[in-house]
Amino acid sequence: MSNGLGQWYSKGHVVVRQGEYGEHIYAVQEGELEVVKERKGGGEIQVAVLRSGDIFGEMAILQKEVRSATVRTLTEARLLTIDKKTFMSRVHEDPSLAFNIVRMMAQRIRSLNAKLGERRARVERRRVERRADRQRRQGPRRSGQ
Amino acid sequence: MALVQRTARPSDNLAGYFAGGEASRLALSDGSRVGVIGGGPAGTFFTHFLLRLAAAVDLDVAVDIYEPRNFAYQGPAGCNHCGGIVSESLVQLLATEGINLPPSIVRRGIESYVLHMDIGNVRIETPLHEKRIAAVFRGNGPRVSEPIGASGSFDGYLLELAASSGAKVVRKLVNEISWDGGRPQVTSSDGATATYDLLAVAAGVNSQALQLFGEVAPQYHSPKTLKTFICEFKLSPEALDRHIGPSMHVFLLDIPRLEFAALIPKGEFLTLCLLGHDVDNALIDTFLSAPEVKACFPDGAVPSPVCHCFPRVNVVAAARPYGDRIVWIGDSGVARLYKDGIGSAYRVAKAAAKTVVHHGVADEDFRRHFWPACKRIDNDNSIAKVIFAVSGLIQKLRFLRRGVLRMTANEQRRQARRRHMSTVLWDLFTGSAPYREVLSRSFHPEFPAMLCWNLIAGNAVRARRNGSEEPSHE
Repeated sequence: MSNGLGQWYSKGHVVVRQGEYGEHIYAVQEGELEVVKERKGGGEIQVAVLRSGDIFGEMAILQKEVRSATVRTLTEARLLTIDKKTFMSRVHEDPSLAFNIVRMMAQRIRSLNAKLGERRARVERRRVERRADRQRRQGPRRSGQ
Repeated sequence: MALVQRTARPSDNLAGYFAGGEASRLALSDGSRVGVIGGGPAGTFFTHFLLRLAAAVDLDVAVDIYEPRNFAYQGPAGCNHCGGIVSESLVQLLATEGINLPPSIVRRGIESYVLHMDIGNVRIETPLHEKRIAAVFRGNGPRVSEPIGASGSFDGYLLELAASSGAKVVRKLVNEISWDGGRPQVTSSDGATATYDLLAVAAGVNSQALQLFGEVAPQYHSPKTLKTFICEFKLSPEALDRHIGPSMHVFLLDIPRLEFAALIPKGEFLTLCLLGHDVDNALIDTFLSAPEVKACFPDGAVPSPVCHCFPRVNVVAAARPYGDRIVWIGDSGVARLYKDGIGSAYRVAKAAAKTVVHHGVADEDFRRHFWPACKRIDNDNSIAKVIFAVSGLIQKLRFLRRGVLRMTANEQRRQARRRHMSTVLWDLFTGSAPYREVLSRSFHPEFPAMLCWNLIAGNAVRARRNGSEEPSHE
C-alpha cells in the first residue's frame, strides 16, 4: 500500500481538459505532466511540463473561467487535489496563502515569455534563411540573363 | 544594536496615522537575532515563514531553534507525544504553500474513516476517494520499529525544512530565560547565553520549558491541560490491511468519562488516541475490552501495546501569550480543542511570523495582529464545546445513535449529492474544518429534517426487528 497522499493517475490520463469548468487545484506530488494548448485548426502545442511541487488548475478557480489548457500525465503521476472552497475560504482568512501561487504564476509567465521570445527568434531566423536561400537561387539566374 | 527602538518623529506620526496609530514600536532590522524554543511544528513553521517573509522584504535575520531532541531516534527520545494526524485541510494548505509531505513521512495515507458505535458501524469516504489525511510519527516511531533514519519523522522533516530556510538548530536544553538590557536572554544547559531581539516560545505543554517564564513574563499564564492516552500496537501488515485498511477508526461508545477515541494505522503500527476526563487505567481497560474495539484486531484479541504515554493537551488557551519581544505559539499559547493541533500550530505560527515581519515585535503589535488569529481559534473552541456536548449526548442516547448511523449510511450508500451528516462527522472527527463551519452545516434546513426522518425510521425499524441492531455499513 502506497504511503503517499493524493491519487495515482496512469500515463496519458487527461487530468483537466481545456474548455471545461473545474472545481479543483492540483498539486503534483510525483511524476511529470504536460500542459498543452489545443489549436483552433486542430492539433496541440505543449506549453509547459509540470513536476513534483508544481501546482496547476488555479487560473480557472481564481478567474471563474473554463480551463485554459489541457493537462495530461507524461508518466504515472501522483496528484493531490485542493478543493476550491477550502482554498478560497483559507485565502480569505490568510491572503499570504496565495503568495506561493502568485510566485508560481509569475515564473510561468516568465517562462512563457522566454519560450515566446525563442519562438519569435526561431521564426525570424527561418524567415531570414528563406530569404537568403531565395536570393541565392535567384542570383545565378539573373547573372545568366 | 540590531533591535530598533523607534521613537515618535513627525514623519512617524503621519505614518502612524495611516498605520492605525502606531507612533512608536519595536521592529526587527537587518542583523536581528531571533530565538525559538522548541523544534516541533509550531517552532519550525514559525521559523520557515519568518525567514520566507523576511527574505521577501529583503530583511536579513538570523534564527536559532533550541531543540535538544533528535527526531531520528526511535521511542520516547525522539517522540513528541501526539496522535500524529495531519488533517485534510492542513495537507491542502501545506501543498498550496509548496510544502508537500514526502511518502517517507506519511506512514499511511488515510482515505476514509469508520465510525464505530454499539449499534453498528459506517465507513465514510473522502471526496474523490483520495488519500487526503496523513498519519505520521512525530518522532521516528516506537522503540521496536524498523529504523528508517531521520527522514521518517514529521517533526524531523519540518526541522530540516526550517534549517534549509537558513535557521541554525541548537541541540541544547534551555535552562533559564532572563532579560538582558530589555532583550530576552537564553541560557542553555552548558551555561552558554545568547541574547535575542525576539524570543518565540514553541515548547509544548508537556515540556518543562514553560515553567521558566514565571518571573520573566508574569503576564503569561500557561494553558490549562487535559491528560490523554496514546499507545502503539504492532500488527502484521496483512492484519493491518485486513482489519484497519487505509482508514481511521473512530469510536462513539457509551463509556463514562470517554470523550473520543481513534485507532490510526501507521506503517506496521496502530496508534490508539484516547481523550477523556481523568484518563486512567480503568478507563483504558474498559475501552479496550469493548467488543467494538476488539473487533478491529485479529481474532478479537487486543495485543499488548509496544509503547504508551499519557501526554497532556491544551484545552484552555494561555492568558496573554505575547509581550514586548516575546511570543508563545503552538500548544503553549492557543490550540484547537481536541483536534488538528498541528493545524492550529501552523495558523498561529504563521500569524506570529507575519506580525513580526510586517508590523513589529512589541506587545501592541502582537495584540493587534497576532492575537486575533489566536482569538479566532479560541472562539472556535467555544463552539467546539457545544458540538462535543451534543456528541456526548449521542454517545449516551441509543435512539440518537440509530438516527445518526442510518442517516450517514444512507448518504454513503446512495452517493447522495448532499451528505449532511457525513460531512459534519467527517469534519468533526478529522478536524478538517473549523468548528463554526461544522455547526453552520448542521443549520442547513435539510439537516434537521433528514435527521428527524432517520430518527423515526431508524427507531421504527429497530422496534419491528424486535431488538436486532443494524448491520455494519462498511
